Amino acid sequence: MEANTIQQVNPGKPLRQSRKKKVKQPWMLHLMVLPAAVMVFIFSYIPMGGILMAFQDYKPKPGLFGSPWVGLKHFEYMWQNDYFLQITWNTLFFAGTKIIMNLIIPFFFALLLNEVRKMALKRTIQTLVYLPHFLSWVTLSGILIDMLAQTGLINQFISSVFGIKPIFFLGDGSWFRFTIIFSDVWKEFGFNMIIFLAALSGISPSLYEAAEVDGAGRWKQTIYITIPALIPIAIVVATLALGNVLNANFDQVFNLYSPLIYQQGDIIDTFVYREGLLSGQFSFATAVNLFKSAISLILIVISYRLAYRFAGYRIF
Amino acid sequence: MYHKTVSYRVFSVFNNVFLTLISVLCLLPLFHLLMVSLSSTAPANAGLVTFWPIGFTLEAYAKTFDNANFLSSLWVSVERTVLGTAMALVVNTIAAYALSKETHVFRARNIYLWYFVITMLFSGGLIPGYILILKLGLMDSLMALILPGLVAVFNIILLLNFFRTVPKDLEEAAFIDGAGHFRTFYSVYLPVSMPVLATVSLFIMVGHWNAYFDGIIYIKDASKLPLATFMQTIIVQADMTKLDPAAVANLSQRTIRASQIFISALPILLVYPFLQRYFVTGIVVGAVKE
Repeated sequence: MEANTIQQVNPGKPLRQSRKKKVKQPWMLHLMVLPAAVMVFIFSYIPMGGILMAFQDYKPKPGLFGSPWVGLKHFEYMWQNDYFLQITWNTLFFAGTKIIMNLIIPFFFALLLNEVRKMALKRTIQTLVYLPHFLSWVTLSGILIDMLAQTGLINQFISSVFGIKPIFFLGDGSWFRFTIIFSDVWKEFGFNMIIFLAALSGISPSLYEAAEVDGAGRWKQTIYITIPALIPIAIVVATLALGNVLNANFDQVFNLYSPLIYQQGDIIDTFVYREGLLSGQFSFATAVNLFKSAISLILIVISYRLAYRFAGYRIF
Repeated sequence: MYHKTVSYRVFSVFNNVFLTLISVLCLLPLFHLLMVSLSSTAPANAGLVTFWPIGFTLEAYAKTFDNANFLSSLWVSVERTVLGTAMALVVNTIAAYALSKETHVFRARNIYLWYFVITMLFSGGLIPGYILILKLGLMDSLMALILPGLVAVFNIILLLNFFRTVPKDLEEAAFIDGAGHFRTFYSVYLPVSMPVLATVSLFIMVGHWNAYFDGIIYIKDASKLPLATFMQTIIVQADMTKLDPAAVANLSQRTIRASQIFISALPILLVYPFLQRYFVTGIVVGAVKE
């Protein structure tokens, strides 16, 4: 229709037709997705096929097509293994505690930061608290190991102020757990706060003005306007976090743990690395990983469904 | 009105002081490390250095830059970060542009999107990935560090959500002027997408600079190790000291290690403040939708 009208207006210019076609050009869009699609196929989809080795006694020589099939042997071994239950519990404990702390602390920090009226101060604080998120766990482990050592800064401080014996932060099981959770919260709380700050900046000032007219002080305004405005986004963050209860942060644990505290510190991912790549038990490690991925997948799908139902959240 | 009440003013002062202290706490460990690296060996080992260098010296830095392994790792990391970021930006942004189109323009859009999103939800895991790199003959190559993570679906989603906020009029004007998709992408979309491009670049750069684990499993040749992996081996070796209190006294390398850690974190400290003002907008527009 439209193309026709244009041609009627400018009958001497057939070019228009080809231009109109050019707007669509779906082949060009396919071409643009192609590089990413190919890379994903090679480096994500092909390894998914490698999961089959969880049902084999995989040997590198014959490979995936020549190794003997053993059914669920590795999964049965996994279930009968007390240590596997221990690391699953450790993983849930670390991830669960971090999820709760990483929700509550940024929430309140965002509320407090929202009360800072001096923009320059607010910006400076923001810049500083985001920073640790961008440092790697390798760097931070180096710093932590140094600061938490027996003669390190923290122990010196503790012994001079409280007069107690140095604490073995990274060598004692329960202190190790504390250190893992505390350092993770320290590293991420600023960054996790961004989403709440975004929600805060979206609150209409007229709500506050109306509340002031009605005589509400800042405390009342916070309770009846600010917090209710943050609750939906907090629900989204909490439900989406559900998919992560089997991810306890490999990088952090891997760089801070030691054989001394495996019992309290080992998680599924570090266990898979040691069993799989260091001990060469490819099939068993893949089985453990498959178990973890399968549970995670179910949880992620549930969490996305819930986030959509409760808060209308979609990723794209 | 409430700004004038006494209780709010008192709260405000305490709040500002409290938040300032907390944010200083985010910088302090790094600052302490810097001070250790600038001190002479003896007081550093005795644990006397807190937030001021004792016996100021640049010796640790001199020794660090004398270390051939450190320098070659530094170079590998620079190479990896520059090449990896450039490649990832091209691949991810063009894919995100195409996927940001409506389904009536690009019918296969949703199929592609699910094809990508599935890889976010499920993966083969460590061992199959390792065996793939082995079979592809990529061991000990720079590409083993770049290619597996080249497509970051999270970044594609961030980018495409941003691209969808670009006014359609701009695009239509470009089409009427005879531009194709590549030209429209390059001349119209990219210039107006600076916040999200800065965000994604920062994520990718930091990711490459900080990545150490792929170096552990894919690189055997010491001269090809990226800096983060090199640092990791140093820290893990030094790990022994935290197990054996007697060995702590033996920590003659403390200042050198501190200087190495500091240098390895330096590029991030330098780049981050410049991109920081962009990434808040970038993340917010990409993640929060109306």
